[in-house]
Amino acid sequence: MSTRTRLLVCVAVLGALHLCVACAGFFAPYDPAAQDREHPYAPPARLHFVDAQGGLHLRPFFYAQMLRAGSFDIYEEDRTKATPVTFFVSGAPYTVLGVLPLRTHLFGGGDTPVYLLGTDGYGRDQFSRVLFGGQVSLLAGLIGAGLTLSIGLCVGAAAGFWGGWKDEALMRVAELFLALPWIYLLFAVRAFLPLAVPPLKAFLLVVAVIGAVGWARPARMVRGIVLSAKERDFVRAARGFGAPGGYLLRRHILPETAGVLLTQAAILVPQFVLAEMTLSFLGLGVPEPMPSWGNLLASLQHYNVLVSYWWMYLPALAMVPFFLGYLALASLLQGSAVEYKIEGASSGV
Amino acid sequence: MMRFLLRRLGHAAFLLIGVSVLAFFFSALAPGNYFDEMRLNPQMSAERLRALRAEYQVDRPMAVRYIRWVGAVVHGNLGFSFAYNTPVAPLLWARARNTLLLTGTATLLVWMLALPLGVWSAERLGRPADVTLSWATAVLLIVPDLALSLGLLVLAVRSGWLPTGGMVSVGFEGFSAAHKLRDVASHMVLPVTALVASALPISLRHVRAAVAEALEAPFLRAAEGHGISRRRLLYRYALPAAAHPLIALFGFSIGTLLSGSLLVEVVMSWPGLGPFLLEAILARDLYVVIGGVLLSTLFLVAGNFVADLLLYWADPRIRAETTGR
Repeated sequence: MSTRTRLLVCVAVLGALHLCVACAGFFAPYDPAAQDREHPYAPPARLHFVDAQGGLHLRPFFYAQMLRAGSFDIYEEDRTKATPVTFFVSGAPYTVLGVLPLRTHLFGGGDTPVYLLGTDGYGRDQFSRVLFGGQVSLLAGLIGAGLTLSIGLCVGAAAGFWGGWKDEALMRVAELFLALPWIYLLFAVRAFLPLAVPPLKAFLLVVAVIGAVGWARPARMVRGIVLSAKERDFVRAARGFGAPGGYLLRRHILPETAGVLLTQAAILVPQFVLAEMTLSFLGLGVPEPMPSWGNLLASLQHYNVLVSYWWMYLPALAMVPFFLGYLALASLLQGSAVEYKIEGASSGV
Repeated sequence: MMRFLLRRLGHAAFLLIGVSVLAFFFSALAPGNYFDEMRLNPQMSAERLRALRAEYQVDRPMAVRYIRWVGAVVHGNLGFSFAYNTPVAPLLWARARNTLLLTGTATLLVWMLALPLGVWSAERLGRPADVTLSWATAVLLIVPDLALSLGLLVLAVRSGWLPTGGMVSVGFEGFSAAHKLRDVASHMVLPVTALVASALPISLRHVRAAVAEALEAPFLRAAEGHGISRRRLLYRYALPAAAHPLIALFGFSIGTLLSGSLLVEVVMSWPGLGPFLLEAILARDLYVVIGGVLLSTLFLVAGNFVADLLLYWADPRIRAETTGR
């Protein structure tokens, strides 16, 4: 496979994954906040294809989970009643991307609830919460990366283009931010902001904090590119023709930074998703009832949850395919950047 | 040499001062302080609160507090903790010791594994063994330390093989010396595993890339032609040539000794700097947070400094460059 096809496959897979999360309402069978008090800490439902008589079913079915008499968290499958999984069922209302109101869900269990990843202490469907939590975490990562790259681009371009003492001062500040251990920086910035805030505000706060912390590295990279690009012949020519600085930057210099910015984005998004997870896991980020990949794991800090309800750990694996995609994308982009550079160098000579 | 040293030291001092100003600046943006929560306490009168604020000087402007704090730093106590009612430095040091025990062991293990494995992998570049190892490191790279340490914890709890959480067992004080050592070591297994697993892939990949690049160099082909043994070729010829980026990375891993294990410590409830700092953040124990940030920055800066010194010692090009000026 050529690099180009690999890149396309990578982007397509990542796009599909993100689409799944963006349309969480459709893929999730339940509302993420809906509580089923009859089923707290229900283990993941087991999908069966072979029934008790040994007959094969193409449509998977499952047994209803019943609390064992006298216990509050031990479930037994009611083998007498098999419920087939039904597809495209009508259920809890939701909106796709915040605009399109719908009621159709990809699958459901009819009257018997089906919890693919089990439920939490309030009987909320973990599978739905993972999907909706992904919206929060990924959006935090994407917006955070966008914010960081914009700040980095502005600072780096300004430093590289102006040069002189302004360059010196900006780069000193960047060094300062690089010297700070970034997880401490994240904590410190968060520490000095209000603790108890409503979910949406907390989300914006977290995004702002994450986005404001990591700008130094991209800024240095952008500065380097701007420094070399501004001495290129075509830029000098344009300057000679009397092009103003803003035009030079916009038309000739900043397009040169696109490759680096893209690569940085592929590296930064998973990092920032992780930052959001860390903050929310520690209770400094997005609070309940809004699900996020971080606060879904927060209950594991309780020893009894860790011991008794292993499926509460499963949300931790949700980001693995995403991170794999981003890692592949980043290494492909880096590889193609190197190729491009070598090509450019040989044709330039 | 002196000039080089002085320049690096000046740079380090600048960074530390900058970080402390930055930390104070963020703290000035903060709404509220440690004593705000006490307003809810019916036994606290408004006058008493005002007196407390005045006593701890949280009502003074930022510049005044900063200067007083710098005075405290000069005296070596890093300010005063509201929650513990003692100077910050001894508190931090007690916790930092535990963190260093953990991260020191992990860093040592990482490099002891990364160097031979990286060289081994670079020697077999593109062959099945190397490809398998690359995949393994890629997997470790993807699974973040949060998921990794939680997973280890779940495994340990369900199997019951290893103690989970804390640094010592109940009744530690009464143990014999050997028993104490064994106890702490068994508590260290999980967090150290998590730390090694999250740091190893990065070091390993760097070692592999650097050595593979060095192996391509003409002088190595020449040495190979002279019939020098493979082992000597790898460790005496290729590894020193590849040392430059590795030394920088080593400096970085020294620098993150205090900050790299924060999350793992919190998850595994290791009594280190991580949980301590988190608690301080939640309680708005300002000077503890600033002290912690400063201490870990000090480590980062010191790590870079060590790397610079090592590079100066190891790379004749840098020596020539700095003395030539």
